[in-house]
Amino acid sequence: MALAPESAGPAKGLIGWIDARFPLTKLWKEQVSEYYAPKNFNFWYYFGVLSLVVLAIQLVTGIFLTMNYKPSSAEAFSSIEYIMRDVEWGWLIRYMHSTGASAFFIVIYLHMFRALLYGSHRKPRELLWIFGCLIFLLLMAEAFMGYVLPWGNMSYWGAQVIVSIFSSVPIVGQSLVDWIRGDYYIADATLNRFFALHVAALPLALIFLVIAHLMALHEVGSNNPDGIEIKKHKDAKGHPLDGIPFHPYYTVKDTVGIAAFLLVFCAVIFFAPTFGGLFLEEPNFAPADPLQTPPHIAPVWYFTPYYAMLRAVPSFAGTQIWGVLVLGAAVVILFFLPWLDRSPVNSIRYRGPIYKVMLAIFVASFITLGVCGLKPPSGIYPMLARICTVLYFGFFLLMPWYTKYESVKPVPERVTGHA
Amino acid sequence: MHKASILIAVGIFCAGTAWCEEGDIALQTSGTDIKNIESLQRGARNFMNYCSGCHSLKYLRYNRMAADLQIPESELPNLMFTSDKPFDGINSAMPADAEGWFGRQPPDLSLLARARGPDYIYSFLKGFYADKSRIWGVNNLYLQNAAMPHVLYQLQGSQKPVFKNVPDSGGSARMVLTGVEPMTPGAMKPEEYDQFVRDIVNFLDYAAEPIKAKRQSLGVFVMLFLLVFFVLAYLMKKEYWKDVH
Repeated sequence: MALAPESAGPAKGLIGWIDARFPLTKLWKEQVSEYYAPKNFNFWYYFGVLSLVVLAIQLVTGIFLTMNYKPSSAEAFSSIEYIMRDVEWGWLIRYMHSTGASAFFIVIYLHMFRALLYGSHRKPRELLWIFGCLIFLLLMAEAFMGYVLPWGNMSYWGAQVIVSIFSSVPIVGQSLVDWIRGDYYIADATLNRFFALHVAALPLALIFLVIAHLMALHEVGSNNPDGIEIKKHKDAKGHPLDGIPFHPYYTVKDTVGIAAFLLVFCAVIFFAPTFGGLFLEEPNFAPADPLQTPPHIAPVWYFTPYYAMLRAVPSFAGTQIWGVLVLGAAVVILFFLPWLDRSPVNSIRYRGPIYKVMLAIFVASFITLGVCGLKPPSGIYPMLARICTVLYFGFFLLMPWYTKYESVKPVPERVTGHA
Repeated sequence: MHKASILIAVGIFCAGTAWCEEGDIALQTSGTDIKNIESLQRGARNFMNYCSGCHSLKYLRYNRMAADLQIPESELPNLMFTSDKPFDGINSAMPADAEGWFGRQPPDLSLLARARGPDYIYSFLKGFYADKSRIWGVNNLYLQNAAMPHVLYQLQGSQKPVFKNVPDSGGSARMVLTGVEPMTPGAMKPEEYDQFVRDIVNFLDYAAEPIKAKRQSLGVFVMLFLLVFFVLAYLMKKEYWKDVH
């Protein structure tokens, strides 16, 4: 690479003073200016940095919301309206946070899909993938707790439905539910503890895991759309021939991606903050009412694929636990992906047609499950959800066979092209 | 919780399911426009005169309303029936225990337009019809067994229900409510009444999110800024990436 920064000896002045006491320049070089990333990243590689951007948005807006929000069942709903009406720019901060929650799942789902496209979960990136799955799991908990905080009627009944899932655990189920709620129904105590988890415990754990995710990434190096190792071919200085320093090349490129993302993000915030009832649901503009169930209880859109699976499984032998197990398995199975995939190649570019078809079916069934979860469980939806649940698991459970035996295309030695 | 509220909850639940069954009655389009200040001013006046006796808008302050709707502060006392402090929320004249009068406390309407949509309120206010079996002598096409009396009766006049015979799966006919038609005229012509209701709904739409108009106009500038930023960022990327081969 032409522009590989030359090391100009130890830094002087303030930076030099710091460097003698803290590895500032070393960290900057290792993690940014001399972190060599493949030069052929495409569209799908924006979603990693975008999830960092959304995380930052959520942390900052969350801090300002916390300054005005009251975590008590008597005041929570009114304090949200106080933020929306009386706090300077409170409406903007709140819409950024509520839209950010949905945006987080959009970018994370696309980020995970990228891994399925190019085999980013495969050796030597298994641990990187597992950290990612843990982040996804925590994010779901974080989003669920956050959704309860506005204390609208859907917050209340959504919490009621989701928490009661645990009552299907044999023997200890009911005690477990009481322990989670801290009361015999969703109440002030529940709101208080969800607030604590939402603003302190889970964000801390999330930040820790994101750092671990990035450290693992920078240790093994980024995958790329060809799914081949750029470290195999290095120049005289030991830099990958197909790699370019993350800074400035990807910092400037990601700036373009962030600008494009913000265009969409702000369009939602300013022109459609409820997004037709998907990002902010209509029943949640009425305060929590333990005596009035919304006509149709559904979780927010990002949970509906899993919610549909939960509902799709019929009760059997007198217990509902099977649906809960399927729901859990649908997330847990993600952790095993690196070992289920037996293909000799990583990228979809060189895989055979069977994987492409299976991936397409998987994506279609995931989206269909999401739609089923939004609809009332009547008509064709329960059957559709059952079929798609089978397809969802089929993608993973049959993977060891269809990836091992299908014919693949020859993989190039060097990466092909760049955007 | 005492028994009465449980009974009410059951009643509301039944009303809700009844409404779901009548789901084939489509809502009417309200045609509101929160940028129409004159309509909002008329709506505020109508609301204060006809609605605020029972319904509060507790999250909307009088002075916020005055500022947003370009109502001079000097005019404000004419609209303030329950308070003399302009920074107070719009409260109703209803005592807190009015449940015994109507079967339920008249709800606060601050967020109704966001919870149910403007079209629902518009349809509801046009959906009252004569029903001797109800305590106020009226029922509502869009919320069966609604607890609310037809407050605007003198303006709209009265309506009667239209039923249709629909054969059910068992072969016997069933009477299904399909709509309403005018019975006795009111003080207003139908178009005048429509506009009267539309103004109220428009005002409630504003009250549910007072920042909405500003949010949208501000959004245009944000988008323009981001477009310029996107182009500059793209040009910078292109410049830097010239030497990547």
